[in-house]
Amino acid sequence: MDVVMLSRLQFAVATFFHFLFVPLTLGLSLLIALMETRYVRTGNEEYRRQARFWGKIFLVNFALGVVTGITLEFQFGTNWSRYSKYVGDIFGSLLAIEATTSFFLESTFVAVWALTWDRLSPRLHCLSIWLVAAASNLSAIWILTANAWMQHPVGYVIRNGRAELENFWAIVTQPFGWQIIFHTLTGAYILSGFFVMGVSAYHLLREQHVSFFTKSFRLGLIFALIFSVAEVVQGHLHGAAVARLQPAKLAAMEALWETQAGAPQTLFLIPDEKNERNLVEIGRIPGLLSLLAFHDRQAVVRGLKDFPPEERPPVLLTFLAFRVMVGLGFLFVLLTGLGWLLRDRLLVNPLYLRVMLYAIPLPYLALQAGWIVTEVGRQPWIVYGLMKTKDAVSPIAASQVGVTLVAFLLVYGLLGVLAFYLMAKFAKAGPEPAPAQAGGGE
Amino acid sequence: MLLTIWFLLWGILWSVYFLLDGFDLGLGILLPGLGRTEEDRRLIYRVTEPHWDGNEVWLIAAGGVTFAAFPTAYAALFSGLYTPLMLILFALIFRGVTFAFRDQSEDPRWRRLWDTCLFWGSLLPALLFGVAFANLFRGLPYDAEGHFQGTLLTLLNPYGLAGGLLFVLLFCLHGALWLAVKTDGEMHRRAAATARSLWPWLLVLAVIFLLASRRVTRLWDNYFTYPLLLLLPLATVGALVLTCLWMRREAWWRAWFASAGTIAGVTLFGVVGLYPHLIPSSLDPAYSLTVYNAASSPFTLKIMLGVALTFVPLVIAYQTWAHLLFREKVSAAAPEKKLY
Ligand code: HDD
Ligand code: HEM
Ligand code: HEM
Repeated sequence: MDVVMLSRLQFAVATFFHFLFVPLTLGLSLLIALMETRYVRTGNEEYRRQARFWGKIFLVNFALGVVTGITLEFQFGTNWSRYSKYVGDIFGSLLAIEATTSFFLESTFVAVWALTWDRLSPRLHCLSIWLVAAASNLSAIWILTANAWMQHPVGYVIRNGRAELENFWAIVTQPFGWQIIFHTLTGAYILSGFFVMGVSAYHLLREQHVSFFTKSFRLGLIFALIFSVAEVVQGHLHGAAVARLQPAKLAAMEALWETQAGAPQTLFLIPDEKNERNLVEIGRIPGLLSLLAFHDRQAVVRGLKDFPPEERPPVLLTFLAFRVMVGLGFLFVLLTGLGWLLRDRLLVNPLYLRVMLYAIPLPYLALQAGWIVTEVGRQPWIVYGLMKTKDAVSPIAASQVGVTLVAFLLVYGLLGVLAFYLMAKFAKAGPEPAPAQAGGGE
Repeated sequence: MLLTIWFLLWGILWSVYFLLDGFDLGLGILLPGLGRTEEDRRLIYRVTEPHWDGNEVWLIAAGGVTFAAFPTAYAALFSGLYTPLMLILFALIFRGVTFAFRDQSEDPRWRRLWDTCLFWGSLLPALLFGVAFANLFRGLPYDAEGHFQGTLLTLLNPYGLAGGLLFVLLFCLHGALWLAVKTDGEMHRRAAATARSLWPWLLVLAVIFLLASRRVTRLWDNYFTYPLLLLLPLATVGALVLTCLWMRREAWWRAWFASAGTIAGVTLFGVVGLYPHLIPSSLDPAYSLTVYNAASSPFTLKIMLGVALTFVPLVIAYQTWAHLLFREKVSAAAPEKKLY
């Protein structure tokens, strides 16, 4: 394998791994902040125990998010130096702004929060977790703005042989960027809601800490329900934006080969990349793709054959990932909708609880699938329309990247297993016992 | 003007990173020596725990600013120093997870495993950052395209290794002083004794390093052109001497600040000596990356200056607040109450 392929793989390993931990940080920090706020408002110890129970899991997850994040920051220079040189003027500043506005805040206050339960007043302590939540979500906004700029570069001029900043405002306000931001954050909140529901279901199935976990479950449920519905609606608008800005990606997402007016949506199909066609197509709904993508049944949708072969993204992977994500998106609406109907009768519905326990991995899958659509679907471009991925790689030896790739796989694999083992251990152990005389209501 | 400001900011960010993370890296290196019992080792963890991540973000900021302000230099440096940087990265990964994982089990073997990770995870970055910066001061084999033409061995020359050793010693002294500030009793005595015994070695090495810089680098040129600048190396040596004086007088906080000043001074001595170079090329001076040919556009630099001047003071303010929050000494008698 050559340097480009190895570096792509290494980047994919590093980002996937980072993004295994990031979404829970984004959503769970908010949920914990909500729990602690309730404690401050009502003085009910149970909410404090909730915040502490979920907080333990949060901290392990957070630590992994931090250590895997540094990798990404380094990698632009180590593995994508030509890219860094070409777009550093814009992309580098967004990363630096992220660090100065968010990472400092996040890292300082997460330590304050974890170590001062007995020292700060409840209000100040609660404020520190709100700051952590705000900072992590802000960091997501900056990094996704940077990513969105690679998807759809705006506000730049090509000068001195590189992309230079011309309009900062245009970069931070571009609508496509905000689509990506809303979509990813919403996905992270769905994941966190499902996580909280799943762990709660584990204890409810055993009928232990019932009051505690019923409350947690409901909080997770409301969160996940709202954002699951929002995600489908927003995802549709997101897709429409892709159709306008990255037609080759849309064609790959739908495995559409021929340019046509009134393009159909096909329920089931198997793409055959080599022969530029689909092997099986079952359930064609004429005009639906045109309608979804352009809000017009007769609109022309460009097919893959419209693009020279070297400018087409990998079709099968993009297509499958998109189907998985969208399928799961509808499933989440179904599961949370059902939960809403059953919300007062959870204990007598062990089947539902069991489903929710085993549903924990699904949002993880959806999020990773989403990134595959976005990133693989963008190929062969690293900066859409400006720079190809193969021109972005560092002038280093394939062997160097090969060694570090193996090291990443080993180290990340090991740490990932340990982290999830610890999180599961905390989750199963349940909350700490209620203080003797406080009104815990257990 | 803008370029000079950014060059200085760049140097300052790196030196702040070294003077902050320096103490917890140093304590990581001293852990096997100073932490004889489990109780001792817990104390060492407790004095670094609240701060290590906040300190490490200064590295991310320093790296980010290199990327934002001097993208060409960031690209050349990070890809050229691929192997040492990856070693630093893996070391930092292990160091970071140690803080999260170590106390999750009472098993002594488990804890010893993570103690080992902390040691290497601290030693490697300290050593390699020193090696990297010394080599930067010396010049690196970059060709006209800005491609690195050396190998890992290129970096392991005597001057580079002296730089690495200097950083390790500086950080160890800095960490020992931190521990002396933060503890009482036996641990405090041990930390103080360690700091005192490290100091003479550091003095010798620092003098050798400064003199060697005269032979193998061109760092002193700027100082002889603008003699006023000589105040900087003088102040650095002064800070080193003050560290010793204040250690003698048992003024541990002051000694720690003086040692912080020494670390910042050593870094800035090199940075000011480099100006206007970011990466001098050892192949041909014409290939060197300078603030003129490696910087971002003036517009980006202006925006980033606004961001830095707004947010960095804020960061300093709340990090200082956090330090005050954790200002009490730790002791085995006062049990900790942490959440995990
Ligand atoms: C949608 C959110 C999101 C996305 C797409 C990314 N990150 Fe991230 N990152 C976070 C959300 C986040 C976070 C939730 O804010 C983390 C997790 C734990 C933490 O401290 O912050 C974080 C941590 C984190 C850290 C460590 C900060 C610390 O030490 O406190 C770095 C250096 C990065 N990230 C860098 C990146 C880069 C270069 C990315 C691009 C490929 C990236 N992240 C993608
Ligand atoms: C702003 C930050 C990002 C930058 C600069 C970036 C850049 C890149 C680069 C350079 C590659 C390698 C080229 C390639 O695709 O083959 C890549 C691939 C990839 N990235 Fe991103 N990316 C960013 C954000 C993310 C995030 C947050 C994720 C989520 C987890 C992600 C997921 C992926 C995946 C899965 C690939 C593999 C695609 C493939 O190999 O074809 N990216 N990206
Ligand atoms: C049925 C509903 C959904 C639709 C129509 C939809 C649509 C899309 C589209 C079109 C993209 C590609 C955007 C691009 O290339 O820039 C995308 C990306 C993505 N999707 Fe979805 N999605 C849906 C549900 C979900 C769900 C449920 C999750 C996670 C829980 C999710 C997570 C993501 C992520 C993380 C990305 C990559 C980031 C981004 O580009 O926004 N999506 N989605």
